[in-house]
Amino acid sequence: MTVTIYVPRDSGALALGAEKVAKAIAEEIDKRKLDARIVRNGSRGLYWLEPMVEVETANGRIAYGPVGAKDAASLFDAGFLSGGAHPLSLGDPEKLPFLAKQTRLTFARVGIIDPVSLDDYRAHGGLAGLEKAVKLEPAAIVEQVTESGLRGRGGAGFPTGIKWKTVLDTPGEVKYIVCNADEGDSGTFSDRMIMEGDPFVLIEGMTIAAIAVGASKGYIYLRSEYPHAEKALNEALAAARKAGVLGTSVLGSHHAFDIEVRMGAGAYVCGEETSLLDSLEGKRGEVRAKPPLPAHKGLFGKPTVINNVISLASVPIILDKGATFYKDFGMGRSRGTIPIQIAGNAKYPGLFEAAFGLTLGEIVDEIGGGTANGRPVRAVQVGGPLGAYFPRALFDTPFDYEAFAAKDGLIGHAGVVVFDDTVDMLKQARFAMEFCAIESCGKCTPCRVGSVRGVETLDRIVRNIEPEKQVALVTDLCNTMKFGSLCALGGFTPYPVMSALKHFPEDFRPHPMQEAAE
Amino acid sequence: MIKKENFVLSIVKFAFREGAALTTPQASTEITAKTLAVVEAWREAEGPLLPILHGVQEEFGYIPNEALPVIANALNLSRADVYGVMSFYHDFRERPAGRHVLKLCQAESCQAMGSDAVAEKLRKLLGIDFNETAKDGSVTLEPVYCLGLCACSPSAMLDGEVIGRLDEGKVNEIVAEVRA
Ligand SMILES: Cc1cc2nc3c(=O)[nH]c(=O)nc-3n(C[C@H](O)[C@H](O)[C@H](O)COP(=O)(O)O)c2cc1C
Ligand code: SF4
Ligand code: FES
Repeated sequence: MTVTIYVPRDSGALALGAEKVAKAIAEEIDKRKLDARIVRNGSRGLYWLEPMVEVETANGRIAYGPVGAKDAASLFDAGFLSGGAHPLSLGDPEKLPFLAKQTRLTFARVGIIDPVSLDDYRAHGGLAGLEKAVKLEPAAIVEQVTESGLRGRGGAGFPTGIKWKTVLDTPGEVKYIVCNADEGDSGTFSDRMIMEGDPFVLIEGMTIAAIAVGASKGYIYLRSEYPHAEKALNEALAAARKAGVLGTSVLGSHHAFDIEVRMGAGAYVCGEETSLLDSLEGKRGEVRAKPPLPAHKGLFGKPTVINNVISLASVPIILDKGATFYKDFGMGRSRGTIPIQIAGNAKYPGLFEAAFGLTLGEIVDEIGGGTANGRPVRAVQVGGPLGAYFPRALFDTPFDYEAFAAKDGLIGHAGVVVFDDTVDMLKQARFAMEFCAIESCGKCTPCRVGSVRGVETLDRIVRNIEPEKQVALVTDLCNTMKFGSLCALGGFTPYPVMSALKHFPEDFRPHPMQEAAE
Repeated sequence: MIKKENFVLSIVKFAFREGAALTTPQASTEITAKTLAVVEAWREAEGPLLPILHGVQEEFGYIPNEALPVIANALNLSRADVYGVMSFYHDFRERPAGRHVLKLCQAESCQAMGSDAVAEKLRKLLGIDFNETAKDGSVTLEPVYCLGLCACSPSAMLDGEVIGRLDEGKVNEIVAEVRA
C-alpha cells in the first residue's frame, strides 16, 4: 500500500526549509524505490517544530520535527515510513500538549488534510455546512449565525449575523461577499494558515454567506505579501468550480456564486473595510466616511458583506453543528473559539485555537512557554500594531473582547507578541507613531500630522530633552488622534503609545546611564 | 461598446502622444504593446486597475511612465488618476529595482526577535540603506511590515521566497546569493 508522507506547504514551514525537505524525501523515495507519496499539507501551527513531517502509519499519524533536508536519509534508515524511532520523532502529533489542549473548530482540518483536495475536504466533514445551507431559507441561515454569537475576527468584533441581516434586508439586484484577507496586523498569521492549510473552508463560508444574503459574486482581497496563499486559494477555487461547489448551480441548487482572488498592493490601511472596497474598485485606498455602511452601499455602491477570513471560515461549522454547539464555547459576550497567534520572543510560537476565556498569563507563560531565550517576559502586545502593550501585572486579563477593552486594550485579530526584559518601551511607542505615519491614508490631519509630531516628540525624549514636557505633549497628541481620526489607524495608535507610557513609565524618564549600562 | 480594433488603435495613438518624449519610439512601442496586452486581459473585469498595475509591474519590473497613458485611456481615467492610484500603494515602483529584491520585516514580532540587528548587519554588508538599490544593481533593500511569518521571526522575503528565523548564517547566505 502507498504510504502517505505529509510535508507542509505553509509559508512558515517553507520559510524554515520545507521545500528542500520535500525534495530530499522525494529523492529518498526514488532512490529506495519505495511505494510512498508526498502530500503537501498545511501547518499544524507548532512552528518551533517546523518543518514537521508526518507519516500515515497503520497506527495512525506519527510526526517528526523539526526536520532538515539532511535528516531525510536517516529518517528512512530508521524506518520512518512505519513510524520508526528516530531522535526527531514526536509520536502522535495530536498527543503533543500544545495540540491536545486546543479546541479546534475553525482549524479542525488545518495540517491534517491536503488543502487543495476537495475529496479530502469532504472526507473530513467539509461541505456539511453548505449542504445544510442550500436547503435553508436565507433568513434561517442568518438566524443561525446570529444565534451562534459569532463576532467579527478582523478586529472590531461586530456581530456577524447582524451584518448579514442588514445586507439580506437591503434590496439589490447585485450584492457582493468580500473577504478581508489583508491580514496586516503584525503578530498575526491565522488567515494565512487557513488560506494555505484549508482554503475550502473559506470558500464554503463565503458561499454560505452568499446564499444567506443573495449575493452572486465574491472577492477575496488578499495582501500581496502572501503569494503562497494566493496559489493555494486559486488551486482550491479551480477544484471547487470543477466540482460544482461554485458556479451557476452551487451544489445543484438554484444559487449561483463564484469567487475571485484580488491582490492588494502593500498598504496596511487597505485592511480597513471601506479603504479595502475602494482599493478593489481600483482607487486609492482611502477610508470612506460612514454612513453609508458597506452593508447598504459597499463594493461599487452595492450591498456588501465584508468579513475577515476567520469570521467566514467559522461559519461552516456553525451551520453543520448548529448555533448552540458553537455558542457553548467561550465566556460573556465572546462566544465560540478564537485562534490565538503566539509570536515574537516565545518559546512555543504558533497557533492555538481555544474557547475565549484563557488568561493572558496562561497564553504567554504556559502555552507560549515564556520567552525563547529564557529571559523574563516584560511586555506583550496584543492585537497588532494598534493594540496595547500589557505588563505582567495585567496577565490575569481573560481573553475576551470586553475584558480587554476594560483594560484599555483590544484583542484585535488575536495576535500576541511577546517581548523579553530587554525591550525598550520608548522605542516601541515611537515605532507605533512611525508606523502610523508610514501607513496613514492621509485623509485626516490628526493621523497624518499627529503621527509625525509623535515621532518627533518621542525622539526628544530619546535625546533627553525635557522628558516630562514631551510626555505631556504625547499624551495631548494621543487624545487628539483618538478623537479626531476617521478610522482606527489614527484612532487606535494611541493604544500602544499610551499603554507603554502608562505601564512602563520608567522607560520615558531621563536616562543618563542607559548607554553606559549596555 | 467600441470595437476592439478601434479601441486598441486609439490607445496606441494616445500613448504615442503622451509617452514619445521620454523614450525612443521603439521602446515606447514595446511598452505600449505589452501594456495593452495586460489591459486587454482585464478588460471584462470589475475594478481592473490594481490587477492591471500588478500585471504591468510583473511585465517590466516597475510601472514605466509610458504605461500610464495607455492604462488611463483604456479605463477612461486621466493619467493623473492612474498615477495617483499607483503612487498610493507601496508595492508599485516607478523605477526598476535591483536584480534581487530583499524585503526585511521590521514589524513588532520581528523586532522582539532582533530584526533591528539583522537590518543593521544587512545594511552594512550590502552597503545600502532601506529603499536603496546597490550601485551594481544587484539588490534593492526594502522594509516590510509583517510577512505573516511571526512565529518564525525575524523574517524576510527574497524575490518572493520566504525566509524565517534569520540568523548570521542565513544573512550571509542571502548576501552571497544576491552578489552571485
Ligand atoms: C487600519 C485598519 C486595518 C485593518 N486591517 C484589517 C485586516 O487586515 N483584516 C481584517 O479582517 N480586518 C481589518 N480591519 C478591520 C476591518 O475594517 C473590518 O472591521 C473587518 O474587515 C470586518 O470583518 P469582521 O466583522 O469579520 O471582522 C482593519 C481596520 C483598520 C482600521
Ligand atoms: S485615521 Fe489615518 S488612516 Fe484613518 S482615515 Fe484618517 S488619515 Fe486615513
Ligand atoms: S512581524 Fe515580522 S513576520 Fe509578522
